Amino acid sequence: MAIIEARGLRKAFGPTIALAGVDFRVDEGRIHGLIGLNGAGKTTLLNAVLGLTPCEGRLAVVGRDPWERRDDLMRDVCFVADVAVLPRWMRVRNALDYVAGVHPRFDRAKAERFIARTDIPIGKRIGKLSKGMVAQLHLALVMAIDAKLLVLDEPTLGLDILFRKQFYDSLLNDYFDERRTIVVTTHQVEEIQHILTDVTFIHKGRIVYSSPMEAIESRHAELSVRAGNLEAARALGPIHERQALGRTILLFHDADRERLAALGEVRSPGLADLFLALIGDRASTGAAA
Amino acid sequence: MSAWNALWWSIRREWWENRAIQVAPLVVAALALVGFAYFSVRFGHFVAGHPGKALNVAAMPFSGAASMILLTGWIVGIFYAADALYGDRRDRSILFWKSMPVSDLVTVASKAAMPLVVIPLFACAVALVTQLAMKLLGPAIAAAAGGDASLLWNAWPMVSQTLVMLYGTAIHALWFAPIFAWLLLVSAWTRRAVLLWAFLPFFGLFALEKLALGTTWLLSAIQYRLVGAMTEGFARGALKEPITHLSQLDPARFFASPNLWLGLAFAVLCLALAVRLRRYGEPI
Repeated sequence: MAIIEARGLRKAFGPTIALAGVDFRVDEGRIHGLIGLNGAGKTTLLNAVLGLTPCEGRLAVVGRDPWERRDDLMRDVCFVADVAVLPRWMRVRNALDYVAGVHPRFDRAKAERFIARTDIPIGKRIGKLSKGMVAQLHLALVMAIDAKLLVLDEPTLGLDILFRKQFYDSLLNDYFDERRTIVVTTHQVEEIQHILTDVTFIHKGRIVYSSPMEAIESRHAELSVRAGNLEAARALGPIHERQALGRTILLFHDADRERLAALGEVRSPGLADLFLALIGDRASTGAAA
Repeated sequence: MSAWNALWWSIRREWWENRAIQVAPLVVAALALVGFAYFSVRFGHFVAGHPGKALNVAAMPFSGAASMILLTGWIVGIFYAADALYGDRRDRSILFWKSMPVSDLVTVASKAAMPLVVIPLFACAVALVTQLAMKLLGPAIAAAAGGDASLLWNAWPMVSQTLVMLYGTAIHALWFAPIFAWLLLVSAWTRRAVLLWAFLPFFGLFALEKLALGTTWLLSAIQYRLVGAMTEGFARGALKEPITHLSQLDPARFFASPNLWLGLAFAVLCLALAVRLRRYGEPI
């Protein structure tokens, strides 16, 4: 079942085209990574999914038009738009009271159990908590909501690695199951690639690549060419070439692994490598997602 | 869960966030009580000198304290409304509020309810408690200072004065609604300096009118909007003396005033636009 189904989404801000006809599908029970450079259209796409911005084209989220039925949709969809958007003046206890008051699917006892595992003092103002604690609190609130879709837009930006790891660990262990769906964007691609089930690359308002993770491993191969084999390897039609530690690394799509193995060491590419191969050459700036 | 439930919790969260709503009227009430204690000590000497004016003078601190507390409430409301739909865009917490199943209509309604209902009612409650404290403390202090206690005990007819206060608060809320709605609209629209954007157009138009036509129609209109509830809501000539009888109230004339309804129509328009801006504007 499709939780998000988008067909031909378009959105322009004046002369700037943020989404140039996006087709995007996320199925139930998946953890879908949305990866792109700054300004690629990630946040615009997520805002459209969340009903925060209107756009042209067809879009259904949990069976609803998100722009027309946003208030209703927010019972089934949760989002963490950024780190530290929780109101700083609010006490942790008040935040629990408020969400329990307005959200019909919020399980307060569950949220309190999550918070009890952290060092967050329940009587403190959110503004007095560390950035990592605010992220933990937001995650605790969101995980206690029985939602069908959770959207995370750079949820761990600016957190140190320990918090980032804990964040994704608890998401996976305490929250995710086959009835839930998560869409996540992040700059730290390597850190989340092991939890993703699907990935989509977006560039300049277009989807340039979308695939389940297991297909990436079976369909893409990276060859670290042994000296002397470079011409033979190039003849097999690599989609990307780069240099690392004095060796040439070639990336292949749907190539015969046994033939590659004769020319050097073969391994499955990381997401960041694949992203660079597919986007890096098109982009004017070279940084990974 | 109904929209009413969301509205209730949205109002509660406004109440938690804006402590000044509670603190400012209480501070004014405390100051009024201190002033009144001094007044009560001196009151005995005053009565001896001016026996004819004694009852009117004894009534003054009661109505004075209530007026100051209520006025404080309206002023707090101005600052509240100027920040209401702006502060959460500035600190980005709007992204959290928008992640909850609360519609923009309910959000704006809760923020309009604060200066028009919640703050005035709270100010009324503080004023009432202050007046009760004065009624109990005044005679005791006056007696201890060797003066006449009975005048201060009788100076404030509780039931009728409370009804007058509630009536006055209700008509002011309706009369001031366009002012608060305008502030809410500007706070939903601007990216900075809400109060400046809210008042600047009026200064500009005032200057333009004065230069181009040599008239001051706009200034009179603004003055009328500030004091009109008093002139329209009470019987003609009633304000020349203290309001002590319910017969001095004139709700029929108030509700027949076209300016009331023009103001309310403007308020509804502003709030509708604020909802739309909250919905269509980029989140920040």
